[in-house]
Amino acid sequence: MNKESVVHKRKKAVKYLLIHLALIAAAAACVYPLLRILSVSIRPGDKLISTDLSLIPDGATFAAYARLLKETLFLRWLWNSLLITVSTSFIGVSLASTAAYAFSRFRFAGKRSGLVLLLSTQMIPAGMLILPLFLMIMKLGLMNTYLGIIIAYSVSSLPFSIWILKGYYDTIPRSLEEAALVDGTSQLGAFYRIILPLSTPALSIAFLFNFTTAWNEYLVARVVLFSSQQYTWTLGLFELQGQYITQWGMFAAGSMLVTAPVLAVFLYSSKWLISGLTLGSVKG
Amino acid sequence: MAEVKFSNITKKFNENVVLNGLNAEIRDHEFVVIIGPSGCGKTTLLRMLAGLEEITGGEIRIDGVLVNNMHPSKRQIAMVFQDYALYPHMTVEENMSFALRLRKAPKAEIEQRVSEAASILQLTKLLKRMPKQLSGGQRQRVAIGRAIVRKPKAFLFDEPLSNLDAKLREEMRVEIAKLYQRLDATIIYVTHDQVEAMTLASRIMVMNHGVIQQVGAPIEVYRKPANLFVAGFIGSPTMNFIHGRLAAEGGKLYLKNESLSLLIPSFLLSGTAEHDGREVVAGVRPDDVLAGSAAHEPNKKYSEKLEGVLEVSELLGHRENLYLKVGQTRVLATVEAFFNQSPGSGVALRFNYENMHIFDKASTKRIND
Repeated sequence: MNKESVVHKRKKAVKYLLIHLALIAAAAACVYPLLRILSVSIRPGDKLISTDLSLIPDGATFAAYARLLKETLFLRWLWNSLLITVSTSFIGVSLASTAAYAFSRFRFAGKRSGLVLLLSTQMIPAGMLILPLFLMIMKLGLMNTYLGIIIAYSVSSLPFSIWILKGYYDTIPRSLEEAALVDGTSQLGAFYRIILPLSTPALSIAFLFNFTTAWNEYLVARVVLFSSQQYTWTLGLFELQGQYITQWGMFAAGSMLVTAPVLAVFLYSSKWLISGLTLGSVKG
Repeated sequence: MAEVKFSNITKKFNENVVLNGLNAEIRDHEFVVIIGPSGCGKTTLLRMLAGLEEITGGEIRIDGVLVNNMHPSKRQIAMVFQDYALYPHMTVEENMSFALRLRKAPKAEIEQRVSEAASILQLTKLLKRMPKQLSGGQRQRVAIGRAIVRKPKAFLFDEPLSNLDAKLREEMRVEIAKLYQRLDATIIYVTHDQVEAMTLASRIMVMNHGVIQQVGAPIEVYRKPANLFVAGFIGSPTMNFIHGRLAAEGGKLYLKNESLSLLIPSFLLSGTAEHDGREVVAGVRPDDVLAGSAAHEPNKKYSEKLEGVLEVSELLGHRENLYLKVGQTRVLATVEAFFNQSPGSGVALRFNYENMHIFDKASTKRIND
């Protein structure tokens, strides 16, 4: 082995080492807070304010979980969140998928400006939308209802979903729909039978975006929902913060429990996130 | 099977007129190849027939039925796309049976038709595969299979071989010719490849700038091109064009330019005085140029001997292309290999009058018989 190749190999090894160190540091920064929450959630009630940094504390217990489920409406809040989030995701993706198809395939007046308008709504800070949303939902008589919050969530994530899906549809060759038309489908039939099945990666991304946004949302929920029976988990957990005392154990236990659905959706949809499904359909 | 009639077809994309008052008829069981350069409107015409493009003006009839506003699937035609357009999420079998399943045809019939088409196209073993697992040629066969299964009145092919490599293209060309003999169908085939047109068509329709230039049997289009465009477009290598002015001298007609003076015999172009001073273009295919020692012998069928200079020669195998210059006029001669002359050497040449074409320069139309 000559000297040059030894130097080259060493350089390569150092580069890998540095890259991996940076990645490990980033991963640790992400995982550490989660581990701390886990640690707090299983601490015995008298050690909540302890400065002990051990991951599994002495006398670890699931008492906070049990109390959360028994003494609060946590399960109800979780159910509310799930109902609202799943409905929002389905409604949002359904509306976005058809709207994006129109933007991708048809020529109509206002197409370009419509797209720009949709994009520009994404520049407005969420806080600024609270008042108009509040007024609209109130005028619709949907305050403190699931429907009210579902409408608010669905429409606010529509622009992003439309852009994502439009971009994806644009990559699907038109000849596929044309072949379907000649084979006997309607335009809508071609969309359902050909375009939608081919768009699962983009649909998954749009669904995930809708799901996580709605699942973690707090501000709009705070304005629209006001009875604890209707609360989503974000509002519910906030209830645990009292004026004099905050139930940190239950708070942490709740935080751990609410990550489960999002994690499950992520893991499930990851298999759909494989792109390149259209490979082989056309030339190349 | 079907007859197709285009009457006064106009197509505009915004202000851009692609087709302007086009008329054409395709007879039952005919294999018509529409050929022309890119942008000539041939694919647009095919897509209008398929119902994939709106018709700005005029009428399209299939078997006498007006189809202008008919949904593509109701026209009973099948189309094979340039990029195959196979449904990527369906197996070969599902791709081929898609139209029949949509029609809710009985299962037994679907199976029977798919297996019949698969055996014709040697796809039986590939029925369970996905399109991405197939080679280019196999994908094209599936696309054709998908069309056959439907038993349409007419097959439309939109440059089906243009994405295949040369060898595969040759194979598929033969496959399509065999298929035509077997199905005895009406086929309308769009291409810019003249070899496909010459070998496959019962009639060729040559188009340029949205206008049909000539319609006829391949050999007719090759032997008697109607105008300069057809003469230059059909045939490979391209026809030689000799620009000049006709001059009547001593009861004889000559084609003259700064480099040569070529006698135009009366059996090639009748009349003398009436052509005097007319600007024309004479066309001779490279195969009809005699060069070298063969040109030394006088022959009534050929022109007088001209002296040229060899610029470059290209050996093609059994033939050789000689790029010659007669004065300022460039002439390509295709002769038997091996010519064995080095560039710069003088080469005698003669043109075959029997296959010479005279075109009017202004109208570009052929003026000899």
